[in-house]
Amino acid sequence: MATSTKTFENDDFEQPSGHVQSMFQIVLGRFMEHRLALVGLFIIGFFCLVAIGADLIAQMTGLDPSAQDILSRYGPWSRENWLGIDEAGRDVFIRLVYGTRISLMVAFVSAGASMLIGIVVGTVAGYYGGFIDHALMRLTDSLLALPILPILIILAAIDISKLPLLSELLKGEDSSVIKMILIFIVFSWMVQARLVRSAVLAIREQEFILSAKISGESSFGIIVREMLPNVLSPVIVSVTLNVGQAILFEAALSFLGLGIQPPTPSWGNMLNNALEVIYNAPSQVIIPGFLIFLVVVSFNFLGDGLQDALDPKAIRR
Amino acid sequence: MTAYIIRRLLQTVIVLFALSFITYGLMGLMPGDPLDIACAANPRCTPENLDLMKKQLGLDRPIYERYGKWIFAFVQGDLGYSRTYRQPVTTILLPRLLNTMILGATVILVSLLIAIPIGVLTSLKANSKFDYIVNFFAFSGISAPSFWLGLMLIIVFSVFFKWLPAGGVETIGVEATQGTWAYLLDRAKYLVLPTATLASLTIAGWIRYTRASMLETMRLDFIRTARAKGLAWHHVVTRHGLRNALLPVVTVVALEFPRIASGAVITETVFSYQGVGKLMFDSIIGNDFNVAMCSFIITACMVLVMNLVADICYAYLDPRISFK
Repeated sequence: MATSTKTFENDDFEQPSGHVQSMFQIVLGRFMEHRLALVGLFIIGFFCLVAIGADLIAQMTGLDPSAQDILSRYGPWSRENWLGIDEAGRDVFIRLVYGTRISLMVAFVSAGASMLIGIVVGTVAGYYGGFIDHALMRLTDSLLALPILPILIILAAIDISKLPLLSELLKGEDSSVIKMILIFIVFSWMVQARLVRSAVLAIREQEFILSAKISGESSFGIIVREMLPNVLSPVIVSVTLNVGQAILFEAALSFLGLGIQPPTPSWGNMLNNALEVIYNAPSQVIIPGFLIFLVVVSFNFLGDGLQDALDPKAIRR
Repeated sequence: MTAYIIRRLLQTVIVLFALSFITYGLMGLMPGDPLDIACAANPRCTPENLDLMKKQLGLDRPIYERYGKWIFAFVQGDLGYSRTYRQPVTTILLPRLLNTMILGATVILVSLLIAIPIGVLTSLKANSKFDYIVNFFAFSGISAPSFWLGLMLIIVFSVFFKWLPAGGVETIGVEATQGTWAYLLDRAKYLVLPTATLASLTIAGWIRYTRASMLETMRLDFIRTARAKGLAWHHVVTRHGLRNALLPVVTVVALEFPRIASGAVITETVFSYQGVGKLMFDSIIGNDFNVAMCSFIITACMVLVMNLVADICYAYLDPRISFK
């Protein structure tokens, strides 16, 4: 308590004496104060590097995520197979590396796309109001009220490639990855839409919007240039948390055997037969789950740190 | 207020019907049509036979007609017949529902008993070491994948220490041989690990919520008044602070029921706990459409009704909410 009060006062008194901080510097400064968020950012950065450099790691170690050696099932940790061998005789370490790529990609793509949908729905509802607003918000509320996990399980279990529009998209061996992303996008834009709508409603009647209208800016221009910069910070925070949620959901569905289908590895489907492996090779249950936990907790801390840094009204601790 | 409740009720019913219609349609997209499977197993079954069978069962009718028939029977309490269990769905579903409710109630009770005292303590000692440690664990609880947490608990308590059973609901034959008390004790033993798994998430959320709510309340003027007139500190905290701070917590608790009902699918599957969630998962995997549909609708019903209750609680407790 004592130290944080002190820095607060220092900030206050230093500013008038000549040097002015930019908005970015202020936000960065506040973010740096949140130690756990920094650690989280570092961990996320590390796993992103692993995901991008997966092929490089495979080359360097000479390991192949789908090469099977059925005779050495459940092999122990060794110099060649750092984290042992799984039930189908594949190297666990390199599967974890490629699993990182799949798990992070599913989460980032679905969170990014749902952010775009949320922004579009939220601004349209908030800016135009009236019937459009009413219809969009009823839809949003209805989707938010649904039992999300049972619905995800049913959607993951059915063969959605039988639907006419999706049959082209869902071909080839990566179809389960695309299917996961599609399902997550449909069910994760609602919170952002509501956040954006309420932010837009709050600024809609303010003078700077009025002045933009008078000076002849189009509706699209007003939404993109005047409103979006003002609603972005709550959206960024909630997207960060969304990435963590998507990782958790993907892992849960893949664990149940309904998500990413083998041989494509993901952190979740490496735990698919965990209940059988638990006696033979407990490390193969512990490690993928721990990576999921580590990354999700990092995203949650990052979201918390961003919240503190971006919200000007946040109570300084 | 009455108008608000009626409108929300109507909305819930509409969502429920829309949801059941869509799922009814989607169920047809599941891989493995029961008739196709039955036909493939029988060498004397020709395509003509298959068409005739589909006609007799009414499967050639348009989807809305089939749905109308199904929902009409469902509302009257006829849930159909299970293909894999060879029993009426009602017979299977009711004991499962009871099991899930026992689990849910235990989770809520345990979470309340742990989360609220800790939440209050952290708010009183905000920014202390204790506060930071609790905050760290709360974040961990929110972030841990529940199935993995369940697996870890199994590894530690069932595989390593062998203290608790790894899965199931009860040891077969305990009630018959050792009496009711032994039976209850046995059931409780099976509840410990699933409860711990589900409760960790709930506790983590509630601690953070109670702490925030309490911090906000203790800053208000009437607390200063209470202290100024010389009330004992614990009176100020419990009678003035906690009472007001717990109001918003009530709705969060109400909102937790649906989350437990839907989150139980995974925990029940990990622990083979015979509840509605496990039933739903098994029937989806086993192409048992009737059971899958009914257990899904029951879960959705619970979730939507609890959401409704939470909203009404909130509107009732906070007069600033407009009922429009």
